[in-house]
Amino acid sequence: MRDFWKNAIRDLGKIGVAYILITVGVWMVFMILIPQLIMLNYSFKPMLALRDIGGPKDVWTLKNYIVFFTNKLHMAIFFKTIWSSIIVTSVALAICYPIAFYLAKVARGATVGLVMLGLVIPYWINELLRLFAWQIILADSGIMNQLLIFLGIIADPINFRAGNGAVVLGMTYAYILFMVFPIYNVMESLDRNQLDAARDLGASWLRIHRKIVIPYAKPGIAVGCTMTFMLAAGTVAAPQLLGSPSSFWFTQVINTNFECANWNQGAAYATLLMLLCIIFMFIMLKIFKVGLKELTQ
Amino acid sequence: MGQDVNIADVSMRFGDFYAARDINVHIEAGEFFSFLGPSGCGKTTLLRLVSGFMDPTKGQIKIGGKDMIGIGSNNRPTAMIFQNLALFPLMTVTQNIGFGLEVRGVPKAERIKKVEELIELVDLRGAGNRKVSELSGGQMQRVAIARALAVSPAVLLLDEPLSALDLKLRHHMRAELRNIQRRTGVTFIYITHDQTEALTMSDRVGVMSIGKLEQVAEPDVVYNNPATAFVASFVGETNRFQGTISGIDGEYAVLNTASGSFSCKNPQHLSQGEEATIFIRPETVFMAEESTASNLLTCGIHNLSFEGAYAVVTIKNEQGQLLTMRLNNDGTAPRVKAGDNVKVTFNRENAFVLKNGDSTSA
Repeated sequence: MRDFWKNAIRDLGKIGVAYILITVGVWMVFMILIPQLIMLNYSFKPMLALRDIGGPKDVWTLKNYIVFFTNKLHMAIFFKTIWSSIIVTSVALAICYPIAFYLAKVARGATVGLVMLGLVIPYWINELLRLFAWQIILADSGIMNQLLIFLGIIADPINFRAGNGAVVLGMTYAYILFMVFPIYNVMESLDRNQLDAARDLGASWLRIHRKIVIPYAKPGIAVGCTMTFMLAAGTVAAPQLLGSPSSFWFTQVINTNFECANWNQGAAYATLLMLLCIIFMFIMLKIFKVGLKELTQ
Repeated sequence: MGQDVNIADVSMRFGDFYAARDINVHIEAGEFFSFLGPSGCGKTTLLRLVSGFMDPTKGQIKIGGKDMIGIGSNNRPTAMIFQNLALFPLMTVTQNIGFGLEVRGVPKAERIKKVEELIELVDLRGAGNRKVSELSGGQMQRVAIARALAVSPAVLLLDEPLSALDLKLRHHMRAELRNIQRRTGVTFIYITHDQTEALTMSDRVGVMSIGKLEQVAEPDVVYNNPATAFVASFVGETNRFQGTISGIDGEYAVLNTASGSFSCKNPQHLSQGEEATIFIRPETVFMAEESTASNLLTCGIHNLSFEGAYAVVTIKNEQGQLLTMRLNNDGTAPRVKAGDNVKVTFNRENAFVLKNGDSTSA
């Protein structure tokens, strides 16, 4: 440990080391530690009127968490959120894996840049505006319905926003980049000769992907899935704008709690959501047999 | 067992660039054949055409008499060893070698037996469960060979597989490759820019310049009787003089150069007045015993480097051109030192005149 600091000071100088320590420290304490601790503290306190705070009623309690397990509706919404987020993640993976492979190993030169640009351009617009765009596309008199009617596939407009569909669609669209880039990054370093070698040894394309590409891209897939899942489970805009009462998201429950001034209940639910995301991440790591270290590379 | 490969009128064009142009060569079954050429001459392209990673713009490739155009690399009786080996890093040695068998649906018991045989063949006993990243360069080489041989190819394609190895290991692997080729009887097509590699291992060598096959012949023929100026200058060392042919004497020609007139073989049957270059190998130049000999050059010794079995002597003639000669340390050559003036000569049987090519200098 002594050597570590000695070497750091030799390489970066005292000012350099101090700068890194202070910036990282400030970021860790003010951006991560304090907000999370405040939330955690809130979640273990009952909702009190202002005059009761600090008084005899201001005690630690598990009440806010117990409420969750006794409220069937909230539990249902919670599990529905998990399930829907898994669907979003799966659909995004199914769409993004081929895109990432195409970008990393098939396309060359200018094509790569063009496709990349195509992927990034929608992100120049604010997420909310993109969701509004989907609202317009999927509206009763929107482009989608008009197109389907024009093609004679349907006679009357479909209410796309009645179920979960619109939310899943909108989210998948919104998070494609977060799935494409981690996978693309890993795949890019895969030696093209390995694909040729496998092909040369008689492997079909399906098997080349199963045996060579997917095992290699595992860290990227794990990162992409984790990010997409967390974003999907944690978003409030998409379900708000594209959803219906039947596609209520757990984040909306949290949001309502905060809006109704029950911050303590909201904090407890937010903590539960965070726990869920952490658990999901570890499941992903387990499934893909990837270490935490590889994940951050 | 090996099969023959017939490459007929094959051209490969990338945009305006011809990586291979009108290539014609028939490689016999069980032959060790090398394509030798400088980097960028299109030899790798040729190999990829045979392996089926791409099809030629024009021409025909037949393996064992069967037309291969349109057949993918996974369905050709070939296996390739890549320059960077392209071993599968996440798999063990056994899994690497067994990959081709696994994808062909060979039952597990049979697969294990075959892999064990191959591990034996390439001398990798005990390394079966190691990750390929834990292996040394030479061991990785062996895994690559075993992996390619596992699918019992009729033709093994090798793309400069020894270039990453150190000199000693390279020498060893050359002998090993040759050995494996003899034992298995598989047709080997070897790509290299290293002439020693090509000459020592091959039954026949095809020398390539940019996109063009210049000569196909046995190694000694390529060395002693190069068909073109490119081959002469690319394979082995040569001393060269440019000039004009001034006389023909049967199989021999007389070339007038700035350094004098020389008599030598005329394999291309060039006629009087043609511009040409004479090529003289360093080991055929010797000290003239009498100053009346023909093909005489008067030179000063520029530099002398003693290598043990022989000495490489750089000499400078009166026109200031540097030549190299190689004196065998067999007690016959007189002792010389830098600065001495000497007369050297060569026999007309040992030198040849060839038409100036577009790419004489290699």
